Amino acid sequence: MGKDRDKQRARLDDAEVVAGNGLLHRRMLLTAGAVVAAGAAMPRAASAEPLPVESWMKQPGVGFNGYGQPSKYETAARTFASAPGTTGTGAARTPHQLLDGMITPSGLHFERSHSGIPDINPETHRLLIHGLVKRPLVFTLESLSRYPREQRITFLECAGNGQALYQKDPVAANVQAIHGLVSCAEWSGVKLSLLLEEAGVDPRAQWLLAEGADAAGMSRSVPLAKAMDDAMIALYQNGERVRPSNGYPMRLLLPGYEGNMNVKWLRRIKLTEDPTMTKDETSKYTLLEPDGKALQFVFTQETKSMITQPSPGLAMKEPGLYEISGIAWSGYGKISKVEVSADGGKSWAPAALQEPVLSKALTRFRMPWRWDGRPAVLQSRATDETGFVQPSREQLIAKRGTRSVYHCNAITTWGVSDKGEVKHVYA
Amino acid sequence: MSTRSALLLAAGALALATAAATVAASAADSPNLGRPATPEEVAAWDISIGPDGAGLPPGAGTAKQGEAVFAAKCLACHGEKGAGKPNDQLVGGQGTMASDKPAVKTVGSYWPYATTVFDYVRRAMPYTESKSLSSDEVYAVAAYILNLNGVIGESDTMDAQSLPKVKMPNRDGFVPFARGK
Repeated sequence: MGKDRDKQRARLDDAEVVAGNGLLHRRMLLTAGAVVAAGAAMPRAASAEPLPVESWMKQPGVGFNGYGQPSKYETAARTFASAPGTTGTGAARTPHQLLDGMITPSGLHFERSHSGIPDINPETHRLLIHGLVKRPLVFTLESLSRYPREQRITFLECAGNGQALYQKDPVAANVQAIHGLVSCAEWSGVKLSLLLEEAGVDPRAQWLLAEGADAAGMSRSVPLAKAMDDAMIALYQNGERVRPSNGYPMRLLLPGYEGNMNVKWLRRIKLTEDPTMTKDETSKYTLLEPDGKALQFVFTQETKSMITQPSPGLAMKEPGLYEISGIAWSGYGKISKVEVSADGGKSWAPAALQEPVLSKALTRFRMPWRWDGRPAVLQSRATDETGFVQPSREQLIAKRGTRSVYHCNAITTWGVSDKGEVKHVYA
Repeated sequence: MSTRSALLLAAGALALATAAATVAASAADSPNLGRPATPEEVAAWDISIGPDGAGLPPGAGTAKQGEAVFAAKCLACHGEKGAGKPNDQLVGGQGTMASDKPAVKTVGSYWPYATTVFDYVRRAMPYTESKSLSSDEVYAVAAYILNLNGVIGESDTMDAQSLPKVKMPNRDGFVPFARGK
């Protein structure tokens, strides 16, 4: 035992430092030795505490309940803000600093709503498909539930996620406040192309209009090619019926496309020759560039990543071995690489990518780090399978300016103080 | 016709026949559980308006008429003459797109199509009672907002013919995105 421990300790000491400020080779995560070594690095924690036989070890616990809840000791919750005079127009953000893995629990999935969450009766809800089709059709939830299903794990990201990085000075905020408008779930439902084929697509159709049954009648134009590719009418989210806040009883799912286009509470699909030019694809969700022109139809969420642990609010109590962890994603496909820096981008090393690595899904990355107690500057930089490399904030602003609001995929920087406190900074 | 072309033609016809058979088969294999929608049902639900004006209903209104609608239904959120606060500013901001100062995006400075005003107001406004305005009221309030922005005259009538013809100041302010540009 002692011999093993010595061996593991030696292994930690010999660990290959792969980049500045104590980043260690990712193989450290993949061996049992690393786990023990992590404990070995914090010997004080195990020194004096007794190991009591607690009360819950001596009497039966509580009984069953119908729908499980997190432990009362856990505080993970969404934070939200609404437009003046409203309670349901705005956004609720995912607390990524408290989560791990790639799937966002349904109750913590981000939400963006434009007129609250409608209270839809699933029995009277209808989906109408019409426009440039041979046969306009009406579907009930019951009829759609009889169709062959497909399922996939995919992220959804609001196009406005991360827009705080366009501000001149770094906002004093945590990862939830800055990047909480991205989440990832397993969705299952009916392939949209199947329904469109039943309706009979007129060859003139190039677009479709998707419209929600909420009071805002949220509507967006979607290229028909996307609809025929991987679009889904999602009925289930993480194994249960889609949550009301995410479109119950059915939503449009367009893997990789900006959240706004994944129309919730879907009630109507109209095939058209041209885009309808709705409010949300003209006056919103367009990217104003420095020359005064705005980019329109920026559908796909670009390659992006962020470190979730450590991050603001998660102070490190003492020097030692830690795991830097975070999430990366691309609307264009799989993540192929995530690099981490602990010295503000001077040196980088590849993080371990947690399997499974799926196309258009969040990918968890992990990186062992020995913090020496001195200030450090943490960053992550993702590359996707098309070779696109996540830009620095300076690079993105040089290209887009600071007024485009949407689709900010710049590198986020966390500054670590010598006390182990973490805050949002610009590198 | 040479033998070669005849063969090619035959092969082409066969391919077409096969493709048609596949389509027919997939339709037959499909659950086909949607019921046909009647034209009346479609008309009742189809509220989207294209930039060419397709879908605009009968009715008409002027800015003068719209002022009263705005005062009763819109002003509390969008301010006197659409100046904004507590919610979106609807008027002004022209010339702020290409500058270093904050962009003031309003119907007058940013929206490329007047038809979108009709579409959006009818489906989503007023916030607490959407889809409650008559077509005349929507035309009138759209005319009022356009007039406040100096886009049309106070007495200009907005209807299914005139609204799509309104040239918005920022009509040419958008370019389609392409990755890598």
